Amino acid sequence: MPKILRILIWLAVAVLGALALATIALHRGEQINAMWLVVAAVCTYAVGYRFYSKFIAAKVLTLDALRATPAERMENGRDFVPTNKWVVFGHHFAAIAGPGPLVGPVLAAQFGYLPGTLWILAGAVFGGCVQDFVILLFSVRRDGKSLTEMARDEIGRLGGLVAYIAVISIIVILLAVCALVVVNALKASSWGTFTIAMTIPIALLMGVYLRTLRPGKVLETSALGFVLVMLAIWGGQWVSQTPSVATWFTYSGQALAILIIIYGFAASALPVWLLLAPRDYLSTFVKLGTISLLALGIIALRPTLHMPLLTRFVDGSGPVFAGSVFPFAFITIACGAISGFHALISSGTTPKLIRRETEARMVGYGAMLAESLVAIMAMIAACVLQPGIYFAINSPAGIVGQAPEAASATITNWGFPISAAEMHALAQSVGEQTLYNRTGGAPAFAVGMAHIFSNSLGGQALMAIWYHFAIMFEALFILTVLDAGTRVGRFMIQDALGHVWKPLGRTSWYPSILATSGLIVAGWGYFLWQGVKDPLGGINSLWPLFGIANQLLATVALCVATTIVIKMGKARYAAVTMGPLLWLVAVTFTASWHKVFDPNPRIGFLSHAAQLAAGPAANARLIFNDRLDAVVTCALIVMVALILIESAVEWVRVLSGRKQPRVKESPFVPTRFAEEQV
Amino acid sequence: MKDSTSHVRIATLVSPVERLRSCAQIFFATLHEIFDESAYARFLEQKQLVSSRAAYAAFRQENEAAKARRPKCC
Repeated sequence: MPKILRILIWLAVAVLGALALATIALHRGEQINAMWLVVAAVCTYAVGYRFYSKFIAAKVLTLDALRATPAERMENGRDFVPTNKWVVFGHHFAAIAGPGPLVGPVLAAQFGYLPGTLWILAGAVFGGCVQDFVILLFSVRRDGKSLTEMARDEIGRLGGLVAYIAVISIIVILLAVCALVVVNALKASSWGTFTIAMTIPIALLMGVYLRTLRPGKVLETSALGFVLVMLAIWGGQWVSQTPSVATWFTYSGQALAILIIIYGFAASALPVWLLLAPRDYLSTFVKLGTISLLALGIIALRPTLHMPLLTRFVDGSGPVFAGSVFPFAFITIACGAISGFHALISSGTTPKLIRRETEARMVGYGAMLAESLVAIMAMIAACVLQPGIYFAINSPAGIVGQAPEAASATITNWGFPISAAEMHALAQSVGEQTLYNRTGGAPAFAVGMAHIFSNSLGGQALMAIWYHFAIMFEALFILTVLDAGTRVGRFMIQDALGHVWKPLGRTSWYPSILATSGLIVAGWGYFLWQGVKDPLGGINSLWPLFGIANQLLATVALCVATTIVIKMGKARYAAVTMGPLLWLVAVTFTASWHKVFDPNPRIGFLSHAAQLAAGPAANARLIFNDRLDAVVTCALIVMVALILIESAVEWVRVLSGRKQPRVKESPFVPTRFAEEQV
Repeated sequence: MKDSTSHVRIATLVSPVERLRSCAQIFFATLHEIFDESAYARFLEQKQLVSSRAAYAAFRQENEAAKARRPKCC
């Protein structure tokens, strides 16, 4: 293609993106079409990928097409396998796409669609994609080493230890939050609970089918499982309409929390092949299918966004969670913009599959762009709802009241009109008894998704089926994260305890399996219980804690990345990783300060504890929980401050010439794939 | 150094049907990789086995430990 034509095409993409962004940002008081968000996102991603990621690949990382990757050098047909770049892209995307990019934007929509959308776009292009890309490449150049190993090698022993503790902490908090989202989605919902309960026998059946009837035919088995799940959703309607059966599947939040804790323990301690592996496949199958379907639904329907550009809650008085737009929008949306957890995947399975260094750009940077687009779709799903409906679903009873009329009056007084009759009709249309106080983001996302699906595929008659399909999708998705995370946490604790007493490190020794499973489940189970008992819905305290932990892990990853960039002699380009690092430090430290010390009891843990203590019926347990959350937040911040200081000392030593810059890369070996076209 | 004319030549030689077929192949290869079917195929090839209950059980046993240690993102 002639150069001038290429320039004109990219100019057109940039202008279109700018126009879409201007439309999003400047249309005050008017509703806009959701396609503006999609166009802005696609153009921003295209420009970011074409120019910024190319600059990083060429100037900062100097990707070497002639250098053999560990997949080639250490090929063993098992972990290390040179794989087609598109296949690695899909594999990596399936691993990084979790419930976070769906739930975070839905919660952040309380500020209006603008802050979250801008953060998703800028955060991904300048932060999340950069982090995933550089960590992936650095791991590729170090034989597929993990983030904690790279932190220890490149920063120091303290860096490695802090990274390890940060990973364990984030896993515990993440699992608690995930479990809370499921509890809030399923409580008092016989239909939803029945559908999710049915996924257990369906997975067992899949396990037997896969093991005995059609060995290795996972795709076929997953398709079969999917058909059975759809039948379970259809059957759930009958369950919900048959009172004698419905009572078997109608549980309070506390009862569901206990069931999930038992499930988590069993998932960690029992062999995986029969139940968990098939569930994992089923979840992935549903996940990929649903995300594609949602994208098609949005394009087919091109819905209007009813949520305003900015709401009055940018001041921090929001009912979904308390805290002003800065810094709380930036920790609420993690996975769609920048997520530290991705650094674990980028330094886990993926670097062992990359066939050529040059492909790290498409996999690392590109897959995160796709994840960011999922977050934009979630934002659209939340914002197509009438704001009154959105706030009625997402506001806890502690803020708007328990009674439908009182809640509707409060929300209407905020300027978002809604009536109890409208909410009742909506609940009826999705087959639920009520949609008030369904905090956690999942029900609001499900209503938005059902709205998009039913208006583009099947009409209003299918609204209830689509709603429960969305709830099933989210719950299945989250429970898979829960059981996989519990097992990963268990292995990490076993690895650590193995240094203290060898038998504790043996992953096949049952006393150790039971003890370490109990330890990790007790960790997240405690926070889950705290969230379920919280009169403010739990999300108000736990989601920010999760966001802080996740972004602090990203801070650790960016510290590692900046240290390596400086040691590579590329200090002039260090801003590429140091920019997002400084932003995250500002965001997470500010958010942590507010969460611990803010005088507003809805924001600050300590002031909330003080308010409870001064009240007429002081609840010692709630006061203890607030103080525990404050201690956990402080501990996370202190750990990250330590790794920041250690990294900064290393940078100064290298830049002042007091230390010889030496990166610990594996030696250069020429690739046999050099002849292939890049 | 890339030869810009070779791109043009390749682009004109590859028909839309072939491109579509290639896309479909990559799509299914991705699914096979994500759902561990490729890993199972590699296992069979490496161990010189044909697919059977016993072979699949052996594959699962060998891969489960590694799979269980893989974190799933939030």
